Amino acid sequence: MEKVLTKDVQADHSALDIKRYELAGGYQGVRKALKMAPNDVVEVVKQSGLRGRGGAGFPTGLKWSFVPRGANAPHPKYLCCNADEMEPGTFKDRLLMEETPHQLIEGMICAAYAIEADVAYIFLRGEYFLSAERLRKALAEAYEHNYLGKNILGSGYNLEMHLHLSGGRYMCGEETGLLNALEGKRANPRTKPPFPQISGLFGKPTIVQNVETLCNVHHIIKNGPDWFKGLSKSEDGGTKLYGASGKVKRPGVWELPMGTTIREILEEHAGGMKEGLKFRGLLPGGASTDFLVEEHLDLKMDFTEVQKAGSRMGTGTMIVMDDRTCPVGFVKNLEHFFAQESCGWCTPCWSGLSWAENMLQSIEGGQGQESDLDRLAFICRMAAPGNTFCALAPGAVEPLQSALNYFREDFERHIHEKRCPWR
Amino acid sequence: MLSAEERREIEAEFEHYPDKRALTIDAMKIVQKHRGWVSDEALKDISELLGVSVSELDSVATFYNLIFRKPVGRHVIMVCDSISCWTMGYDRVRDHLMNRLGVKMGETTPDGRFTLLPIVCLGTCDHAPAMLVDEDLHRDLDPEKIDSILEQYK
Repeated sequence: MEKVLTKDVQADHSALDIKRYELAGGYQGVRKALKMAPNDVVEVVKQSGLRGRGGAGFPTGLKWSFVPRGANAPHPKYLCCNADEMEPGTFKDRLLMEETPHQLIEGMICAAYAIEADVAYIFLRGEYFLSAERLRKALAEAYEHNYLGKNILGSGYNLEMHLHLSGGRYMCGEETGLLNALEGKRANPRTKPPFPQISGLFGKPTIVQNVETLCNVHHIIKNGPDWFKGLSKSEDGGTKLYGASGKVKRPGVWELPMGTTIREILEEHAGGMKEGLKFRGLLPGGASTDFLVEEHLDLKMDFTEVQKAGSRMGTGTMIVMDDRTCPVGFVKNLEHFFAQESCGWCTPCWSGLSWAENMLQSIEGGQGQESDLDRLAFICRMAAPGNTFCALAPGAVEPLQSALNYFREDFERHIHEKRCPWR
Repeated sequence: MLSAEERREIEAEFEHYPDKRALTIDAMKIVQKHRGWVSDEALKDISELLGVSVSELDSVATFYNLIFRKPVGRHVIMVCDSISCWTMGYDRVRDHLMNRLGVKMGETTPDGRFTLLPIVCLGTCDHAPAMLVDEDLHRDLDPEKIDSILEQYK
């Protein structure tokens, strides 16, 4: 199968410098894009069917088409790369930034050109020190070779690109929270509308895209939408970085055709469960996705199919739960994360999630009551989309509501036996 | 007083943003890089430099995990407590660190050598459990490995 995003990954995990990157075909996408009209770049990406790899799967070209373009558009316009990889269980963007930093920069230049952006920011997790070091070096090289700065390669297009290291908070990964953080504020979400494409960073038109999404852009420009669609085994085009963590034989991350089945990822690439352990369930794409169980293993991992099963592909990096791990403890760990990372802006989130965490704590400790399960289900309904300001709380209750469904007897055993059966 | 170097580093970021108030987080992180933490006095100095009120700065400082408003040890250990690390043995790692260092989460050793803190997913889940010591990522942890890692930080 054709590797696209990881084709330049080296055995020693070093990153290609700009000379070697160019020799491997790098920056050809930028050269081609700069000869096209910005609108045509948007069109090509639209036709490719590229969908956002940060978790929501929004069509990328469509998002770009909302940005005001042409002579009367407000400036400066911004492109922000969401490199705040902080969804528990997600470890794919780190690989792209550490091992292919020029690929990200190239994708960003093409995306920025398409929306006629003047300034681009890479909003990087503060804990990603190696990514920061390699991106800084790559940015300096890109400026030296005039892929960034004024009059890029004589095209008349100007683009500044800066690296921002986050102060650290899950909310920064939320599109509008990220913009507030970049403006030096608390990363609370903003009211939509206006959408960032119209009024985003510093009140100007702004596009926010995930690292993996941006890394695809110049490949699409170089090779065309049909090539991109042909990489995939499903309706959603391209390849995907899939991953698996937990007690599998070979945890890792792999670039595979979009639409590879969960079973293939789990059994062939991750090598199945460790010796002596049985599979119980998995979160397909990070902590904020609903559990899938045995019956779902033959599903294709893509946006459409996983959604039909009541979950989301999310980031595509699955967290696997084995039979020796307590499902209540597992979900308590997740809800602890979400309760802690809630920004405190709206009640279902700050109140509901800490309430859920407390109840899970008492159930795990053998002090739970039967009625707690109804109260947990109530919190899941209260935190549903439409009742909250942003997607944090709805995401937070996805693993909880599905655990109550698939592992209900395990919750009940804790309550009846007044202890954790796994301890 | 901000040192000349701190001021220079902060001011070097001015040209990256259309409004210097956007630099609250960067400025606090620069000060913290030099002093280990951000004191009340430092907040006041940053406030004057950026034109942001002290209370607003503090509201930003306390929002973010990586800005310390209290003194920390010479080395800061941040142990991932998120789901993949939890599944792979976070409890064992945490307990070992607490025993070895004789402190609880959130505390600093009496000799000022280490501060022990939890952190959310470090994005290295295929090598869980993991922790950061200062800027170094340590992965696939077990008690023996932790002991030899701690030796590297004096």
